[in-house]
Amino acid sequence: MATQRKAVALISGGLDSLLAARVVKDQGVHVEGINFYTGFCVEGHTHAIRKKDKNKQKRNNALWSAERLGIKLHIIDIVEEYKDVVYNPRHGYGANLNPCLDCKIFMVSKAREWAARRDFDFIITGEVIGQRPMSQRKDTMPVVSRESGADDRLLRPLCARNLPETLPEREGWVDRKRLFGFSGRTRKPQMALARELGFEDYAQPAGGCCFLTDKEYSVKLQDLWSSRGEKRYELDDIMLLKVGRHLRPRPNFKIIIAREEGEGKFLQGYRKQYISLKTVSHGGPLALIDGEVDAADIELAARLVARYSQGRDAEQVELEVSGHSADPSSLTVKPMPAREVDPEWHL
Amino acid sequence: MSDIQVDARRLLCPMPVIRVQDAMEHLRPGDTVTAFCTDPGALNDIPAWCHINGHEVVERREQDDEYIVVVRVGASG
Ligand code: SF4
Repeated sequence: MATQRKAVALISGGLDSLLAARVVKDQGVHVEGINFYTGFCVEGHTHAIRKKDKNKQKRNNALWSAERLGIKLHIIDIVEEYKDVVYNPRHGYGANLNPCLDCKIFMVSKAREWAARRDFDFIITGEVIGQRPMSQRKDTMPVVSRESGADDRLLRPLCARNLPETLPEREGWVDRKRLFGFSGRTRKPQMALARELGFEDYAQPAGGCCFLTDKEYSVKLQDLWSSRGEKRYELDDIMLLKVGRHLRPRPNFKIIIAREEGEGKFLQGYRKQYISLKTVSHGGPLALIDGEVDAADIELAARLVARYSQGRDAEQVELEVSGHSADPSSLTVKPMPAREVDPEWHL
Repeated sequence: MSDIQVDARRLLCPMPVIRVQDAMEHLRPGDTVTAFCTDPGALNDIPAWCHINGHEVVERREQDDEYIVVVRVGASG
């Protein structure tokens, strides 16, 4: 018997990568999944944080895909290395701060390294020509293959018939005739294939693969960079960008105000690293200050936070200020009236 | 048989899964890993990951706002 060939499939949690892996697995290839965690992934986070989403299933879509496929899944933390992709994408950004083409190249090259270490023969992605305006075009397909170093060991089962033959096809590890020639933005062929393969209960997760394609998120990330005078972030920064109301009343600091209980609980975990504000005389949200501040800044922040508390119409609101492991102190302020809140402050 | 403790507090999924996965990489079948998490998603994700990778979930419990999952390295791990 011929040796069973091994392929590693990039699993995003979306339908296309699920189908691509399945199509190859059905041809008798041993398939394992790989999923990259960049820190920007939409996965579960927001559900985990926001209380109103508590009842939604907090499943990780990539894990769920692997379960449905009956394959192993390796989740790789690329948070640190990925920063360079976000800071300096050689092929530029998409509509927002999404460096999709560089991201694809990076992930495929990581998968290639992984495959080489484990003696896997080729790599599978769920890419479809024309599906995405930036990273999945006919002319970008060879760019990903080449710049990732995967070359003809990169197989896209969903559109392979529209592309030159790859090594697994030439060698007969997979049968090209049983691959597909999908193209364009339509989702119909994928939906039909999903039905045929018994994935009809598949629900398309809202949004793209990551927060970088989100306009509001990108605005907040850009603001973070502008305020620092350089493109730089830590994992905590990009986590916090997913949570709460962000206002920048002064160039040197911004305030992050929880919008509901779940977010408050999440922000709670950051109280040792940031100055935090919490109303005590009235019910109100927890808020963090990000930046270097003086007493006047803290008072301004306190007035803003009071505005988002139940004491917004009160003469005075008392808050507890705690920060950087210093003992908490008390501050009493007059809530800021709406007219004093510059709409520009809202990020 | 050794038991490794993984502190995944304050980490959001899938980071707790990654921490467990990395901790298990150099363990032998039968060894256990105890993960301490604050993201409730870990209660689903760690078992799901174990299930597909051939490891066994020995215990999952909630204690003082923390979620604790104990897993045992499987034979094929
Ligand atoms: S949407 Fe995000 S994860 Fe997906 S290719 Fe673009 S940058 Fe990468």
